Amino acid sequence: MVTEQERKLETIDINVNVGPQHPATHGVFRMVLTVSGERVVDVVPHIGYMHRGAEKLSENVDYRQGLIYQDRTEYLAQFNAEMCYCMAVERLAGLEPPERAQYIRIILSELNRITSHYMFIGAFATDTGVYGTAFTYAFREREYIQEIFDALTGDRMMYGYFRPGGVVWDVPADFKERVRWVCGQTRVGIDDIDRLLTTNEIFITRCRDIGVISRPDAIDYGLSGPMLRACGLPFDLRRNDPYSIYDRFEFDIPTGTHGDVYDRYLVRMEEMRQSVRIVEQALEQMPDGPIMPEKAPRRLRLPPGEVYMRTENPRGEYGIYLVSKGGEKPYRLKIRSACLSNLTALKQMIVGHYVADAVVILGSVDIVLGEVDR
Amino acid sequence: MSQLGAFFDNVWVDAFWRLLVVLGLMVFVVLALTYVERKFIGRIQMRLGPMRTGPYGVFQPIADMMKILLKEDLRPASADRLAFELAPFLAFVPVFLTLLVLPFTARWSVRVLDLGLLYFLAVSGLTVLGYIVAGWASDSKYALIGAMRTAAQLISYEVPLVLAVLALSMLAGSLNLVAIVRDQGRVPFIIWQPLGFFLFMAAAVSDLTRRPFDVAAAESEVAGGPWIEYSGIRWSILYALTEYTNMFALCVLASLIFLGGWDWPLGLKWGWPWQLVLMFGKTMTLILVIMWINATFPRVRVDQLMSFCWKLLLPLAFAQIFLNGLVLVYHWPDWTFLVTSGVTLLVAGYVVYTRLPLGAPSRIVARSAV
Repeated sequence: MVTEQERKLETIDINVNVGPQHPATHGVFRMVLTVSGERVVDVVPHIGYMHRGAEKLSENVDYRQGLIYQDRTEYLAQFNAEMCYCMAVERLAGLEPPERAQYIRIILSELNRITSHYMFIGAFATDTGVYGTAFTYAFREREYIQEIFDALTGDRMMYGYFRPGGVVWDVPADFKERVRWVCGQTRVGIDDIDRLLTTNEIFITRCRDIGVISRPDAIDYGLSGPMLRACGLPFDLRRNDPYSIYDRFEFDIPTGTHGDVYDRYLVRMEEMRQSVRIVEQALEQMPDGPIMPEKAPRRLRLPPGEVYMRTENPRGEYGIYLVSKGGEKPYRLKIRSACLSNLTALKQMIVGHYVADAVVILGSVDIVLGEVDR
Repeated sequence: MSQLGAFFDNVWVDAFWRLLVVLGLMVFVVLALTYVERKFIGRIQMRLGPMRTGPYGVFQPIADMMKILLKEDLRPASADRLAFELAPFLAFVPVFLTLLVLPFTARWSVRVLDLGLLYFLAVSGLTVLGYIVAGWASDSKYALIGAMRTAAQLISYEVPLVLAVLALSMLAGSLNLVAIVRDQGRVPFIIWQPLGFFLFMAAAVSDLTRRPFDVAAAESEVAGGPWIEYSGIRWSILYALTEYTNMFALCVLASLIFLGGWDWPLGLKWGWPWQLVLMFGKTMTLILVIMWINATFPRVRVDQLMSFCWKLLLPLAFAQIFLNGLVLVYHWPDWTFLVTSGVTLLVAGYVVYTRLPLGAPSRIVARSAV
């Protein structure tokens, strides 16, 4: 029996709406948390605020023009997305990019992985409560690489530099020196952030054993990228399903042991160092030569057929499923988003934790809403 | 002339002009601290901070203040009007009242109270009321969560703060701030009470709801906490004025009772200008340390905040009182204060550091390279 007095004192769970306009949602993600006191008992994610129909738009333009939608979809790792798209088209068209173009692509993709992880570190540190200091540290380093991209492509965000078959123009004369310098600078920059964050006791207590996901669960959810590797599974498409010329480089695949937020952070930190290694090797090996195939057709017509191309993007497996029925335009283009798959594990990771942890866990997924909503 | 002197000797007139001075000082300090914080944190973050308004942006606080004054005073339709408009003053008035007992030189304060220390702690504890009322009246879930966090936090951290000060007053044998400073003529109390100073500053940072203890305002979680719905001048009173005045008052108190105030190390023979320099130098040092911590530390979680207070600070505060009691009762020499307090602090630090759930950082699984 509940008396009237007791019913008045009954505690209720409240719904707290986080997003789409909230400092912690990394764009326009929205989640509705049901909280009991400070504990999260349920979470309902809402996506789609940034849906712009990139897949459908790609069907209405030819293969050369469709490239730009990749920039706008994956707006933090544009080169990686462009590379996936170009390789899908090339595989169907039977084009083989020349050596030099391959190396340029690898260098740019790995540099872009570094900038993307810098972005993650800055935003993630802000989620754990650092007052912008880690953010400015990360962005100073990111800016050095950004300047190279800017000088090369004339754009800071929507590069549109790769082409099916190669790249659009050759790199400037001082490209090698600049990239070599930025590699050294990146090592310094990562060490700076290491000293600021990695061994900070508060940072560790905030991240250790938070948002743990087990290895079988990670596989079941279809997680990929650092999220998966933090669970201890050394699965990296650059190694397990080598594409382009990744089989020519020496690099390690960092993995975690706990599968928690802190491991995801550590894995990303180490990946940046490995990317620097790859870039340095690629610079050594980069040959001179053409940047587009000799007989590249001016208007690309693909034979009927379908292809699935997947690459290891900073956030995980980025896939392009391309169906052609002949002609200049794709019949269907499907983007497999790593962020979307990684987000599906959100509920399992968040429920039972504190509100403050929910924010940190969401940050550790490292979502790009353009890619999630496409 | 004697008429004028008599006029100023009148107890009410005397109190009034001293109050005016403190009010002016407070406004100046708040404006200066907003500028200093932006510049200082900007430098830490490799930025310049404000540079456009005046030389090195020194007029930025004035521009900010004009902007805030001209802003529309928004109030959510569903807010409890009376409580919503009252809350900023509930938060601010106690903080201002604490300034009344703080002496700034050997001879200048608004009033010297024999129980000045007790008065300070009692009055500053009332601020939490303003935050709770603000959070409740805003009718916003973020504000409510923030207010509940503030309530839990400020009330909890009041305990180690008071106990640390209590331990210190055992040494001084007085609650009169002037007497406590006089007592430190040769050796400031921070030397005798390193543990007490640590407890006081930790609790003070929490009292100010600054990083790493800013769970109440946590922008990335509750997006500003109790003052999320406030704008314009009310926000300014609730947030900027209260917080910076509180920071100033607590740091003045810390430099009085731990760092020897105006007395150490110069003594009294240099006159009041040097006493002022000493006081403000020590205060600013402490303020900059707090800002430094604020700029570089992540935020603790709310349960970690509570366990830090109840499981660590509180036992240590009791230990400090107990140790002081031992030394005083058995008439051990003065340096035993330093030994007992310092050793306890080091041992506690070591135990906490080794028992944190740090775990071994994940290492790289190096795979055979091609």
